[in-house]
Amino acid sequence: MAHTDHTTHLHDDHAHHGPEKGIMRWIKTTNHKDLGTLYLVFAFTMFFIGGLMSLVIRAELFHPGLQFVHPEFFNSMTTLHALVMIFGGVMPAFTGLANWMVPMQIGCSDLALPRINNWGFWILPFAFALLLSTLFMPSGGPAGGWTMYPPLVLQMGEGFPFLIFAVHLMGISSITGAINVAVTILNMRAPGMTLLKMPLFCWTWLITAYLLIATMPVLAGAVTMLLTDRYFGTSFFTASGGGDPVLFQHVFWFFGHPEVYILILPAFGVVSTIIPTFARKTLFGYDSMVYATASIAFLSFIVWAHHMFTVGMPLAGELFFMFSTMLIAVPTGVKVFNWVATMWRGSMTFETPMLFAVAFVFLFTIGGFSGLMLAMAPVDFQYHDTYFVVAHFHYVLVPGAVFSILAGVYYWIPKWTGRMYSEFWGKTHFWLSAVFINITFFPQHFLGLAGMQRRVPDYAVQFTDFNEISTIGAFGFFVSQFIFIFNMLRCMSKSGVPATDRVWEGAHGLEWTVPSPAPYHTFEVPPYVGDDETSNLHDTAKAH
Amino acid sequence: MQKMLGLARFAALMSSLLASGSALAYTGAKWNLPEGVTEISHEVHGLHMMVFWICVVIGVVVFGAMFYSVFAHRKSKGAVAAKFHESTTVEIIWTAIPFFILVAMAIPAAATLVKMDDTRNADLSIKVTGYQWKWQYEYVGEDVSYFSTLAKTSNKARQLQSGVDVNTVDNYLVDVDNPLVLPVGKKIRFLITSNDVIHAWWVSQIAVKKDAIPGYINEVWTKIDEPGTFRGVCAELCGRDHGFMPIVVKALPEDEFKAWLAEKKGGGEQVAAAASTSVMPAAATMTDAAPAAEAPVEVAAVTPAPAAAATAAAAGKSKEDLVAHGEKVYKGNCAACHQATGAGMPPTFPALVGSKVATGPKAGAITQVLKGKNMMPPFSQLSDDDIAGVLTYVASSWGNKGEIVQAADVAAARK
Repeated sequence: MAHTDHTTHLHDDHAHHGPEKGIMRWIKTTNHKDLGTLYLVFAFTMFFIGGLMSLVIRAELFHPGLQFVHPEFFNSMTTLHALVMIFGGVMPAFTGLANWMVPMQIGCSDLALPRINNWGFWILPFAFALLLSTLFMPSGGPAGGWTMYPPLVLQMGEGFPFLIFAVHLMGISSITGAINVAVTILNMRAPGMTLLKMPLFCWTWLITAYLLIATMPVLAGAVTMLLTDRYFGTSFFTASGGGDPVLFQHVFWFFGHPEVYILILPAFGVVSTIIPTFARKTLFGYDSMVYATASIAFLSFIVWAHHMFTVGMPLAGELFFMFSTMLIAVPTGVKVFNWVATMWRGSMTFETPMLFAVAFVFLFTIGGFSGLMLAMAPVDFQYHDTYFVVAHFHYVLVPGAVFSILAGVYYWIPKWTGRMYSEFWGKTHFWLSAVFINITFFPQHFLGLAGMQRRVPDYAVQFTDFNEISTIGAFGFFVSQFIFIFNMLRCMSKSGVPATDRVWEGAHGLEWTVPSPAPYHTFEVPPYVGDDETSNLHDTAKAH
Repeated sequence: MQKMLGLARFAALMSSLLASGSALAYTGAKWNLPEGVTEISHEVHGLHMMVFWICVVIGVVVFGAMFYSVFAHRKSKGAVAAKFHESTTVEIIWTAIPFFILVAMAIPAAATLVKMDDTRNADLSIKVTGYQWKWQYEYVGEDVSYFSTLAKTSNKARQLQSGVDVNTVDNYLVDVDNPLVLPVGKKIRFLITSNDVIHAWWVSQIAVKKDAIPGYINEVWTKIDEPGTFRGVCAELCGRDHGFMPIVVKALPEDEFKAWLAEKKGGGEQVAAAASTSVMPAAATMTDAAPAAEAPVEVAAVTPAPAAAATAAAAGKSKEDLVAHGEKVYKGNCAACHQATGAGMPPTFPALVGSKVATGPKAGAITQVLKGKNMMPPFSQLSDDDIAGVLTYVASSWGNKGEIVQAADVAAARK
C-alpha cells in the first residue's frame, strides 16, 4: 500500500503555510492544483463564449434566408467559434486535467517547471482578449475560417495582426505546457513507477506533449508567413511572386492534423482511466493501448493532405494520403476494441463519469466511421467542405473530446473539492447532453450528402428540415450545460456529501491514496509504488 | 391556437422528412449522396455505399458487444469482474482483420481515383474562373465567355430581412442568370482557376469538385450521360458571399448544344445575360418586386430588366439622384472591399478617396468597372443605371471631385 507523508514541509523558507489569500493567490500561483483549476475555469468560460457563437450560427441557420446577421459577421462567428473552442476550450481543459492529475498520478509534488506553468496559463486570457477584441473593430473579427487560408485571410481588416499575435501566444502557451508535462513525466515519476506502469492518462499526455512540441512551431511559422506576405512584401502564398496559396495549406495541415490528435489523445487517456474503475476490471491490453497511441501519433504526421484532397494534388499524392489515412483507423480501432474488452465481463456500475465514458466510446466511434468515409479520396470529393465534414469533426470533438473532459471532471472533482457532486443532476446532465448532441449533429450528415456546403449563412430550401432539427438540438445542448456548471459550483463551494479518499470503489492509482480534498501539496516525499496502485497490471482480487 | 399551429408545423416537419424530392430543387436528394448522371458519379456513389455498409456492419458488431456487456455485466445483476486483462492473440486478430478490410476498400477506391485523373482526349474544354462572388465560363477555342451570377430573384430574397419568403422563389440560391451549357455524351475538360481567392467548383450530380486557386489551373473532366439541369455551389469559403455564388449546368443533347453555341458566338465576348445594349429605364432597378429594401441592396447580380420602356433614361438623371442611387449600389457591391469610407485596404484594396481612376476622366472609371482590373472583378452585370450611379457617387464623395456619369455613357462604353 502506498503511504505518503504529505504533512511534512520540506521547504523551510516558506513564510506561510497553504495558499495565499485573495486574488493574488491566483495571479502568482505556481501550484499545479491551482493552475489546474485556473485552466479548467478558463476553459469552461471559453466553452460558454464559443457556445454563444454557435447559437448565433445555428439561429441564423434555423431557416433559409437571412434573418439575423450579415454574411460577413456570420463568417466571423464560424471562424471564432472554432478558434475559441479548439484553443480556448478543449486544449486548456485537457491542460487543466494534466496539471491537476499528472503529478498526483506519478507521485511527485508538482510539475517540473512551476513558474513557466503560471506564465503559460496567464498568456491565455491575454491572447483571447486580443482575439475577441477584433469583434469590436470596424472591419470586424477574422472571417476566413479558423484555417486562415490565404488569399482570403489577407483580405481581413485591421484586426489581422491581432489574430496572428493571438495565435502565436496560444502556441507559446501550449508549447510551454507541453514541455512541462513531458519533462515531469520523464523525470519525476516515483520510484517503482516505470513508464509501462504509469496510468494511461499520463501516457497519452506524454505523447500529446511531443505532438505539441513538434507541431505548434509549424503553426507559428505558417501564420508568420501570412504576416510577412501582408506587411513585409513576401509572396509565399501569391503565384505572381513565385509562391502558392496551397503552400499555406500544406504547412497549416502539417500542424493541423497532429493538432486533432492533440485534441483527442488525452480523451483516450481519461476514458482509459474511467472504464476500468467502473468496470472494476483492469484495462485490457495496456501495452497495446500504449503502442496504439504511439502509432496514432506517428501516423498523424503523414496524413495531413487528406484535408486537401480537392486542391489538385498529383495522383500519387492523393493515393498516398488516402492509404495513410485509412491506415490510421487500425490503431484507433484497436483502442475501441480494448475498451469494450475492458467492459466485457466486468462488474459495471454507471455513475456519471462512466455514462460519459461509454457514450464517448459509442459516439466517438461513429465520428470515426465518418472519418473513414472521408478518407476515401474519390468520395471525399463529394464530402469535402460540406456538412458531412462538419458532422464528422463535431462527433469526434463534442461527444468525443468534450464528453471525456466532462467525464474527467465528474470523476476527479470529489478528489479536488472533497465533495461528491449530485449524482441525480449528473445523470440528468448526461442524458440531456447525449440526446441533444445527436439531435444537433446527426442530421448534418444528411445535409452534407444532399449537397449543403459549409461556412454559409443560408441554403437552398430543401435543407430546411434538417437545419431546423439541428438548431433545436444546439439550443437544447447549450442550455443543458448549466446543470453541469451548477453541480460543479456546488462542489467547489463545499456543499454536498463529503467524499472519501478512494471515492470510487474500483479506482486505482496514487491520486486515490491522498485525502479528499487533496492537500495543497501532495507527494512532497515520493511514495513507494506497489503493484496495487499501478492501475494497469495489478490483480484486482487484492483490492477488494 | 398557438399550440395547434405548433403541432401543425411539427407534423409538417415530420412528414416532410419522409417526403421525396418534389420541393428539392437542388440535388433532388435528402438523405444520401445522389447517384448522379455520369459513370464516375455512379462509381463514387457505389464506393460511398460500400464504405457505409462496412461501417454499419462493424458498428453493429462492436456496439452490439458493448451494449450487451452494458446490460449483462452489471454489478447490480450480480456480475463478478473477471481477471483477464491482456491477450496478444486477440490483439493481433483485431489488428489484422480491420487491416485487410481496409485493403479491400482501398483497391476500388484507388481504381476510381486513377480514372478521375485521366483528363486526356477531351472533346471540349471549359475554363472556369471563380470570382468574388460569381463564376466565369469560357469555351476554350470557341470565342464564347460569360459570367454566371446568382439569379436576381434569389439575390433579392436573400438580403438580410428582405421580407421575401424564400420558399416562393424558384430554385432559391441555386439559380443563376447564365447557366453553363454542356453537351451530353462528350468528354468535357474543366480548367479551373480563380481571379482572387480560393473558391471551389462543385456539382454533386456529376461528382466534380475542384478548388479554384488564383495563379494556378486545376484540371478535371466529366462526361454527362443524360440531359438535364444540374446545380452546384461554391465549396470553399471565399468571403462574404460564399453561399451566394451557385453553379448551374445545363446538359443538352449534342445537336441542341451546337445550336446554342453557334448562337452564343454571335454575341461576342463578355456576353452577360440579357445584357441589352439598349438604354435602361431610369428606375430599372427599382421596378422589380414590391417594397424596395431600405437596407443596402447587395446586388450580386442585377440583371438589367428586359428592355422595356426606355424613354425616361435618355434625358439623364440629376446628380442628386445619381448619387443617392449610387450610394446604395456602392454599399451593396463595393464597400466590402473599398470600405464604406472609401478608404479601402491598401495595397490589396486601393482607396477610392483621391483615387486617380475615380476622379479622372469618366471613360477610365467606366472601363474599370465594366472590365475589372487585376484583382477587381468586372461588374458588367450591373445595369447602366447602377454603374452610372455608383461612379457618380464615388466621384462626388469623400472630397472627390470627379465627373458625373450618366447611364448613356455606360451603355455607349459597352459597345
